[in-house]
Amino acid sequence: MPTVSMTVNGKSVSADIDPRTLLVQFLRETLQLTGTHVGCDTSQCGCCVVHVNGDAVKSCTTLALTCEGASVVTIEGLAKGDELHPMQAAFRENHGLQCGFCTPGMIMTSVEMVRRKGHDLDEHTIREELEGNLCRCTGYHNIVKAVAAGAKAMAAQGK
Amino acid sequence: MYAFTYHRPTSLADAAKLAGAHSDGKVIAGGMTLLPTMKQRLAAPSDIIDLSRLDDLRGIEVKDNVVTIKALTRHVTVANSAEVKKAIPALAELAGMIGDPAVRNKGTIGGSVANNDPAADYPSACLALNATIHTNQRAIKADDFFVGLFETALGEGELITAISFPVPQKANYQKFRNPASRYAIVGTFVAKFADGVRVSVTGAGSSGVFRVADFEKALSANFASSALDGKSVAASGLNSDIHADAAYRAHLITVMAKRAVDAAK
Repeated sequence: MPTVSMTVNGKSVSADIDPRTLLVQFLRETLQLTGTHVGCDTSQCGCCVVHVNGDAVKSCTTLALTCEGASVVTIEGLAKGDELHPMQAAFRENHGLQCGFCTPGMIMTSVEMVRRKGHDLDEHTIREELEGNLCRCTGYHNIVKAVAAGAKAMAAQGK
Repeated sequence: MYAFTYHRPTSLADAAKLAGAHSDGKVIAGGMTLLPTMKQRLAAPSDIIDLSRLDDLRGIEVKDNVVTIKALTRHVTVANSAEVKKAIPALAELAGMIGDPAVRNKGTIGGSVANNDPAADYPSACLALNATIHTNQRAIKADDFFVGLFETALGEGELITAISFPVPQKANYQKFRNPASRYAIVGTFVAKFADGVRVSVTGAGSSGVFRVADFEKALSANFASSALDGKSVAASGLNSDIHADAAYRAHLITVMAKRAVDAAK
């Protein structure tokens, strides 16, 4: 079996894997980082979004082997100890989740959205940018509010 | 997913050699179509040849009124490129309509064109803009490249290296998309050049992307949406599925073409 090495949440990891291993399987099953979810497994729902070299990607549609040498950040990598990332805090403050299944993907997508689109996000931009993330509870209204607030809070904390 | 052997070449020559040597293999760029297909066991390549280390195949160049986009350039890069937005705004807009942000962060122009999905966006731009597809072996005109459903003129071991688009006077792409899959139910690309207008349609044809000679003739004589009044594409030969039947798609082609003419810049 080939070996894959990458940095996940700042830590170097390496493992022998079946070439078929998807990045999400590597994260959840090999590294036990189960915060990244598998919703649809068909690249529609975005529950599995993580950052690979800073880009938000669907880890259910990425081979782990293609991430050789990459820097991966998952939802577990956002908080600093007990201190939530401002986007996580904003989701809590704004009740931006109901069952919470889609939340890790929503937050990873939102953090990258802020990096690309800036801290002052209007509702239309947020809804367009969240196109690849589905919430089965349909709680989009509060999610959009959370993203807007999280984006501003990220600016205040220099993120 | 069925088992495969994984390769990670570091040069185009090695990638082409591997692709030529493994006739049941597949090259992978962004993997946005190939991986879902493999996961559904609709494809079972013996070998996967990962092109991600071929950094020479990334980049955009605008020179002598031609926009050249290298094969591994991602949709997000094309959508945000100041050069593309200036030279062919319709092309940047099209790239920004593909899939969703996470898909655009991975998917590549070469992959989209090589795959020739009948509902993909880029093939319509290639055809309407009279693009040239450059491979490691030759240059192929878009008119000769798209052969049929998921079928192109590419031979074994032949890899797309870049696609060059002549800059039109005006162009626009209008997409009526499936809100779940984000693929085009009908997408119409209209491009006006000094020597005439080209119109292509994706999402509708049962053998993939196609040009509409009748629309091109009318718009070449008079570049106004009213020139398409009363014109339509025959529903026979168009796709029918649960999202839209052939007659509806035929209707949409005229509607989207008119919108594209009105929005062209």
